[in-house]
Amino acid sequence: MKKIKTFSAKTVNLPNEDIDTDQIIPARFLTRQTIDGIGECLFADWRYDKSGKPNENFILNQAESANSGILVAGNNFGCGSSREHAAWSLLDYGFRAVVSSSFADIFQNNSLKNGLITIAVDLETHEWLMQHPATELIVDLENTEIILETGKTVSFPIDSFARYCLLNGVDQLGYILSHESEIKAYENQQQ
Amino acid sequence: MQTTPKTLFDKIWERHVVIPESEDTPAVLYIDLHLIHEVTTPQAFTLLREKNLKVRAPEKVLATMDHSTPTVPIGSLRDLEIVSERGPAQQIRDMIQNCKDFDIELYGFDSERRGIVHVIGPELGATQPGKTIVCGDSHTSTHGAFGALAFGIGTTEVAHVLATQCLLQRKPRTLAVNLNGNLNKGVSAKDIILKIIGDIGVGGGTGHVIEYKGNTVASLTLEQRMTICNMSIEAGARAGLFAPDNTTFDYLHGRPMSPKGEEWDRSLEVWKKLHTDSAASYDKEVDIDVSALTPMITYGTNPGMVMPIESEIPDHKGNQSFKKALEYMRFESGKPLLNHPIDVVFIGSCTNSRLSDLRDAAKILDGRRVAKNMRVLIVPGSQSVKAEAEAEGLDRIFIKSGAEWRESGCSMCLGMNGDTVGSGKLAVSTSNRNFEGRQGSGSRTILASPKTAAASAITGSVQDPRQFEI
Repeated sequence: MKKIKTFSAKTVNLPNEDIDTDQIIPARFLTRQTIDGIGECLFADWRYDKSGKPNENFILNQAESANSGILVAGNNFGCGSSREHAAWSLLDYGFRAVVSSSFADIFQNNSLKNGLITIAVDLETHEWLMQHPATELIVDLENTEIILETGKTVSFPIDSFARYCLLNGVDQLGYILSHESEIKAYENQQQ
Repeated sequence: MQTTPKTLFDKIWERHVVIPESEDTPAVLYIDLHLIHEVTTPQAFTLLREKNLKVRAPEKVLATMDHSTPTVPIGSLRDLEIVSERGPAQQIRDMIQNCKDFDIELYGFDSERRGIVHVIGPELGATQPGKTIVCGDSHTSTHGAFGALAFGIGTTEVAHVLATQCLLQRKPRTLAVNLNGNLNKGVSAKDIILKIIGDIGVGGGTGHVIEYKGNTVASLTLEQRMTICNMSIEAGARAGLFAPDNTTFDYLHGRPMSPKGEEWDRSLEVWKKLHTDSAASYDKEVDIDVSALTPMITYGTNPGMVMPIESEIPDHKGNQSFKKALEYMRFESGKPLLNHPIDVVFIGSCTNSRLSDLRDAAKILDGRRVAKNMRVLIVPGSQSVKAEAEAEGLDRIFIKSGAEWRESGCSMCLGMNGDTVGSGKLAVSTSNRNFEGRQGSGSRTILASPKTAAASAITGSVQDPRQFEI
């Protein structure tokens, strides 16, 4: 796992509320054997028309969205299916963080395990970001805050263990495996 | 010594803590039953191979194939090559190989027990009160109907559980949903859960485990409870729970994987203690008057956009997401949906594909014909449900009415392998999600109960089932 401390990237806005994981990646792409290149399936039904050509009206296909690395989305982002492909496709496309006013539980879990930072901000900050598309944002994971172009800092909540793992490149599976003796003891006690 | 009053959730949680939660680290929680299917496991098995890890407890893994399996009859893998799209066929072959390599018993095409993972777990008696159950599928919440703590996980976590039988978890908050009153004729468990999601919203349960309580509960069958728990995730909840009672114990008695003999008696003693202490409190509570419910239908692109069938579509002026949803559905605020023409009816999915759901539909379809030019697809939740339905002659009622009767699988709920609604077409579906394109690219979905779906199949339009139930 790569260590993540701080980075800055340009935002792109998708103001829709309740964007579900079926929109992030439709089910027909879940049969891919590997996740390499899965970013091409991201938002497929919004990004491409029926013939497979890019839909010019969709924000990610517009010039101003080029090289953006942070998605700012409406409330309750990532609801619905548990498919981790949603987090994988956002990352593979080039997003390093998603900002919203709230996230669905499973999506948030999946994202943090893969190094996609979910940043839940207060409504005022959310609104400011929606009003200022394509703004440069600094994400400081060490201090759990984002820094707006205006210089304003806004802190965001993140599970302390997820933060620790991201900052230090710790593999969570390795962490559980290191507790083998406790797991064994639990199993013995249950028998 | 006075002990702190506990909720049902607290009791199950505490019994599974291997290492307690601290400010710095989540709890290490032991998982009793891991359900797996072909779509959310391939990368987990790849990870195990890369790290040279074994599956810790293959006997605690229950494997089936449901999401991307075709629902036309398949006798062998050779048939699969003919009827299936290539991607899903490869995924199915990989699943068979993975289960073989890691010594996991697979309920595959050769098994009469194969079916949707959330249908066969309970059917086999693998789902039991007090267990922790996970699956790489958000509708794992279904199993909470038995008083098990059951929730969906991602593929990385599937690998964690395969390798360690444990999961890192922060303790969620609790939400009590008090259900009071009896269901009226023509109204179903599906209508209860749609009403709840409409009331609290698609994010209303985020971070919470719901416990369903109240005087309605005793009258609900296990299959009705499963429908309600199944869609808890559609309100954003981690899990749904019903305290186990005699209905639960009767359901489980004698199932293939249920405890037997003295072990049954011992289990029963433990299960009977699985209820919330009267002095325990929840982080949040919500009340639902079940006796006031009428059949519910969705009109938008998430399950929270729902209304009584006789209502007109509401207006939320200025809300862009609401406007976009209605544009996608090609519906208008202020207009009713009753009698609105439809193209497809789908009766199936982990929400509503059990025997009682099929009986509900058959009661209405018996002796009637589905409307001209309508496609009606009826997909049993498992091969066992299929066999039971056929033993009762339900298949003949369906086929005679003009509906298609299929092999078990997730089918048109998520349209992964051939069964899709069609672009631009409008379906009344008994499944759980009306997201844009959920039932295939461009599909439009109205969620409803099996009764409402069957009534709509007959008229070829959105229809109130109460007129068919005397």
